[in-house]
Amino acid sequence: PAHGVLHLGRPALPEEVVAWDIDIRPDGKGLPEGSGSVEYGTEVYEAGCAACHGIFGEGLGRWPVLAGGHDTLTDERPEKTIGSYWPYLSTVFDYIRRAMPFGNARSLSDDDIYAVTAYLLYLNDQVDEDFVLTSENFNSIRLPNEANFIADNRQSEEAVASAGEPCMSNCFPEPAVVTERARILDVTPDKDSDE
Amino acid sequence: MGRRKIIAGAMGAGLGTVAAGGAALASVPTPDPLITEVQDWNRYLGDGVDARPYGRPSSFEKNVVRRDVSWLTADSKSSVNFTPLHELDGIITPNGLCFERHHGGIAEIDPADHRVMINGLVDTPLVFTLQDVLRFPRENRLYFLECAANTGMEWRGAQLNGCQYTHGMVHNVMYTGVPLKYLLAEAGVKSRGKWLLPEGADPSHMTRSIPIEKGLDDCLVAFKMNGEALRPEQGYPLRLVVPGWEGNMWVKWLRRIEVGDQPWHQREETSKYTDLLEDGRARRFTWTMDVKSVVTNPSPQAPIRHGRGHMVATGLAWSGHGRVKRVDVSLDGGRNWQHARLDGPSLSKSVHRFYYEFNWDGKPMLIQSRAIDEQGHVQPTKQQLRAARGVNSIYHNNSIQTWLVGNDGGVENVEVS
Repeated sequence: PAHGVLHLGRPALPEEVVAWDIDIRPDGKGLPEGSGSVEYGTEVYEAGCAACHGIFGEGLGRWPVLAGGHDTLTDERPEKTIGSYWPYLSTVFDYIRRAMPFGNARSLSDDDIYAVTAYLLYLNDQVDEDFVLTSENFNSIRLPNEANFIADNRQSEEAVASAGEPCMSNCFPEPAVVTERARILDVTPDKDSDE
Repeated sequence: MGRRKIIAGAMGAGLGTVAAGGAALASVPTPDPLITEVQDWNRYLGDGVDARPYGRPSSFEKNVVRRDVSWLTADSKSSVNFTPLHELDGIITPNGLCFERHHGGIAEIDPADHRVMINGLVDTPLVFTLQDVLRFPRENRLYFLECAANTGMEWRGAQLNGCQYTHGMVHNVMYTGVPLKYLLAEAGVKSRGKWLLPEGADPSHMTRSIPIEKGLDDCLVAFKMNGEALRPEQGYPLRLVVPGWEGNMWVKWLRRIEVGDQPWHQREETSKYTDLLEDGRARRFTWTMDVKSVVTNPSPQAPIRHGRGHMVATGLAWSGHGRVKRVDVSLDGGRNWQHARLDGPSLSKSVHRFYYEFNWDGKPMLIQSRAIDEQGHVQPTKQQLRAARGVNSIYHNNSIQTWLVGNDGGVENVEVS
């Protein structure tokens, strides 16, 4: 073969790349042709998604909540959903296409995914009930929390960047006091199984 | 069987004698029947070499197992379990005990059916079979793999009793693999190629964006762990090794690497593995696992049973920034510290074993460990991390752990101030 240094492997065929390369970027690169309405998305969602995620995206049991939670990110218990937290719509389409429904991945058509993505926008109050999501208008949708992601700046934290010799003796004046005990919560499994 | 029962009874009596002798009571020493009597295993033949083609631990070690916490997740197929750190020593994690984290269960793949594709901004998109991968030059490296969420349940307070649960989403094995840069060189990365997207073959089709500098630096495409093939739950037949970086990026069942000019902002780097701060903003691309340590013995699952006197405290330390240079241990909740002793290989981005030998006076202790890495990062307290980040970051909790040792030798997960 002509390629490479050790000449191992073989050229990938276009059909093979198309079959596996399904990722989509925030700028829309990778989006397939297609469209889907909120109305049809309701059908897709209720048939394939609602059993875990709830009719309104509220999440049943411990299954993920998909809608709601707006303005809760500074709350004691934030609700991080597509509408309240996710930065990009492309991730919604991409992730549903690669991994959902849970236990039956890669089973939805591109149009099904456009439709269910439109429905999730509707559940999150981002579009009206007559909205149709298409490969053309996809990039015009912006999710509310896009601007609130920042780069890793942990090195700017004193606790992380701290170089130099730490205290070795008499580091605080009074003896340490216990303030929290895991035993009180008693949520550890198998607590009697050791030894 | 009658004889076995008698021996078991004698065994208990023997242990009692030893304990009483240790307490320096003025009792007359009695001979230990485990020594004076011939035992079954001294007399009768054991299994032959044909009995155990793939050996397993002694039946007396049946408690040394991975454990899960069922209330953590909605389904065991997208969940996590924990390495029994309190039962292990040294720095190598046995393959069968390495914690598991799956998002779509364990993919069972015939290696003959596995394919690896490289596509995107390359001169020649390629497909490799496993046999092709095995023809590249190999390297052997020891690295820790820590889940970004390790210790994540402890952000708000002391919650789970046992270092297996609080710190057991980490393992450390020797990988044999091909440097990723060799595979990329075969395809020929175009000059615009700045990012890599590894993808798994499992039903979650796990994807993460990785800057190409990291991929060309020290990433491996591994096919062995601790000398044998990867376990299915660790990505058999191929996984990505991303030294020092959060475990989520170590894509298992690796089937594709795409080269691009921008990150993809996949679900696992937007919805997940982003770290919410107190002001409502969230950090993304928090790749490196910061310096961390934990005392594994004593710990809540490993209480002190031998009474007062000379004892060995031990634990693990690691840093995604390089080698661990030093570990300090405190017995009084961080007021005073002593240097622990590092033992065994000190390798970059691998766990280190430390020991602290001392004379326990039988009084309650608040045991802590504090690691310092070769770049001078000092493991922070939980208060320091909370002051900087709040309590909703979920990931990257590398704070100092406190164990309360009671005067009975029992141990609890606590917080101190």
